[in-house]
Amino acid sequence: MIGRTLGPRKQGLLLLLPSLVLTGIFVYGFVGTSFFFSLTNWRTLAVDLSLREPLWQTYADMLRMPRFQADLRNTFVFTVLFIGFSIGLGLTLAILLDRAIRGRGFFRSVFLFPYALSFIVTGVVWRWIFNPETGINLFFEILGINRVLTTVGIGPLAPGWTTDPSVVLSVNQALAAVIPGGNTFQVEWGVPVALIPVAIAATWQLSGFVMAMYLGGLSGIGQAVRDAARIDGASEFRLYRSIIIPMLWPITIATAIILLHVSLKIFDLVFAMSGVGPGFATDVPAIFVFEMMFKAARYNLGAAASMVMLVLSCLIIVPYLIRLVRKGE
Amino acid sequence: MRRILLWSLLLCALLFYVLPIYVMVANGLKSADTVSLSTMWKLPVTVGLGGFGEAWRMLSPNLLNSFAMVIPAAVISSIIGALNGYVFSKWRFRGSEVLFALLLFGFFIPYQAILLPLVRFLQWIGLYGTLPGLVLTHIVYGISVTTLLFRNFYVAIPRAIVEAATVDGAGMLQAFWRIMLPLSLPAFAVTLIFQFTNIWNDFLFGITVVPNPQAQPVTIALNNLSGSFSVDWNVVMAGAVLAALPTAMVYLGLGRLFVRGLIAGAVKA
Repeated sequence: MIGRTLGPRKQGLLLLLPSLVLTGIFVYGFVGTSFFFSLTNWRTLAVDLSLREPLWQTYADMLRMPRFQADLRNTFVFTVLFIGFSIGLGLTLAILLDRAIRGRGFFRSVFLFPYALSFIVTGVVWRWIFNPETGINLFFEILGINRVLTTVGIGPLAPGWTTDPSVVLSVNQALAAVIPGGNTFQVEWGVPVALIPVAIAATWQLSGFVMAMYLGGLSGIGQAVRDAARIDGASEFRLYRSIIIPMLWPITIATAIILLHVSLKIFDLVFAMSGVGPGFATDVPAIFVFEMMFKAARYNLGAAASMVMLVLSCLIIVPYLIRLVRKGE
Repeated sequence: MRRILLWSLLLCALLFYVLPIYVMVANGLKSADTVSLSTMWKLPVTVGLGGFGEAWRMLSPNLLNSFAMVIPAAVISSIIGALNGYVFSKWRFRGSEVLFALLLFGFFIPYQAILLPLVRFLQWIGLYGTLPGLVLTHIVYGISVTTLLFRNFYVAIPRAIVEAATVDGAGMLQAFWRIMLPLSLPAFAVTLIFQFTNIWNDFLFGITVVPNPQAQPVTIALNNLSGSFSVDWNVVMAGAVLAALPTAMVYLGLGRLFVRGLIAGAVKA
């Protein structure tokens, strides 16, 4: 009945209305409310929605917290490691499978399989694989590596993995020289060793997805391109390095954006695998928010940290959405 | 020579991907008195289902919770997404692309930024700590991605088909019901699988919206199990297998549709 009395625009809006209302409340309304909470004095179980004086004090406090500084560092380092590992491995696997070999479908299915699992399952298993007392370290014994190392006087190899509190490749001195006030950083800016196993576990889970993306792209590159290059005498290596990988660039960008989006929000994997780690070596903003909101009852602080996460994500999403609108119109 | 290199690289990669699965399954099959971290890489001497029995006893209520959460949430969010995708692809109007982008924003935000108001809101309407509350949450935050998947699918269907129906006097909704829905089965399969996997694997909403262990989904229960020192290790590993099994089965059974959803959600936007 409505169909015959309303114009298409009104009908369309009517159909969209429930979703628009829900999104308006649950996404935009709640984001706005979180932002408001971050500016209030609400930092105990008793709700206190009076605005804090000065207004941005919670943000200033947070940015001075050694733990939050460590979180920002960890997000950055984890992102670089995870994206680097995943793209490197995913691209390699796609190239290896970019030919008619026996078992191609089998390999592809196995490599993509972890993507179907939950980060919790991944974290629960990898936590034990990177357990310093057993796990991977047992291989150093089983394979006799430690016996060799001990006889040459280096001593057994026993990395602490996620329990290792050290930060390598620190750039604090360099930062202090470049940024005014850079010597007031509360944390060491470098690579926390404990993050490496977490990045490996995340790579295990998502590199198959990267491979699937690249395989999709490779199937779009016609045989003609390959044949032409071969006729010109290009080696297999040159063919990929100089022709095919540059042609895959749009896929690399799309994949990197998706992985970036995963790494900025990473929560469950770290939660199940290593927690906050020694000296917050594996802490991330998502865990910080969770603990402030649901353990420490520092609601304004948790909300402020969640706003930082949101802003970081928006740096990627908003240009993407704007491009989407432009393309559509 | 090249073949040897190719195959050795592939087999190394295979080892890397299979190893954690092996650890889960092999240790899950060991008995409580033979399982030990120092022999975690060894095959079980005697295969027993004791670990799985115990894990099932501890996790089955939570597995049922997960099913009770994921089925309505995936179905309802897919239906809403189909309607939205239909309007956004076949009935574009001035400003509809902007509305679509505004809707899609919800898929990309870190959910931490809505968590506190969400919990307060669910407390207010009396759904906090309940499965219906969790279902509602997953439906609402699932709408954006299901809309995206359906819109991308419908764009490929010629507009003329819909127009023909409306010329015959059918309204927008009737045209959807009669023309689009019968064509949408593949899109429903892809979207349902996508949502099933996403929602089953969720952890953040489960742990924050449902604090009561009895009502929690299996991912949260598994994490609690793994952090408990009183639970034998074979039970933890068997529990990980049980929690992974439903999505793993979907993947193994419907792999092609799974990959299609993956790629459609990722690049075609």
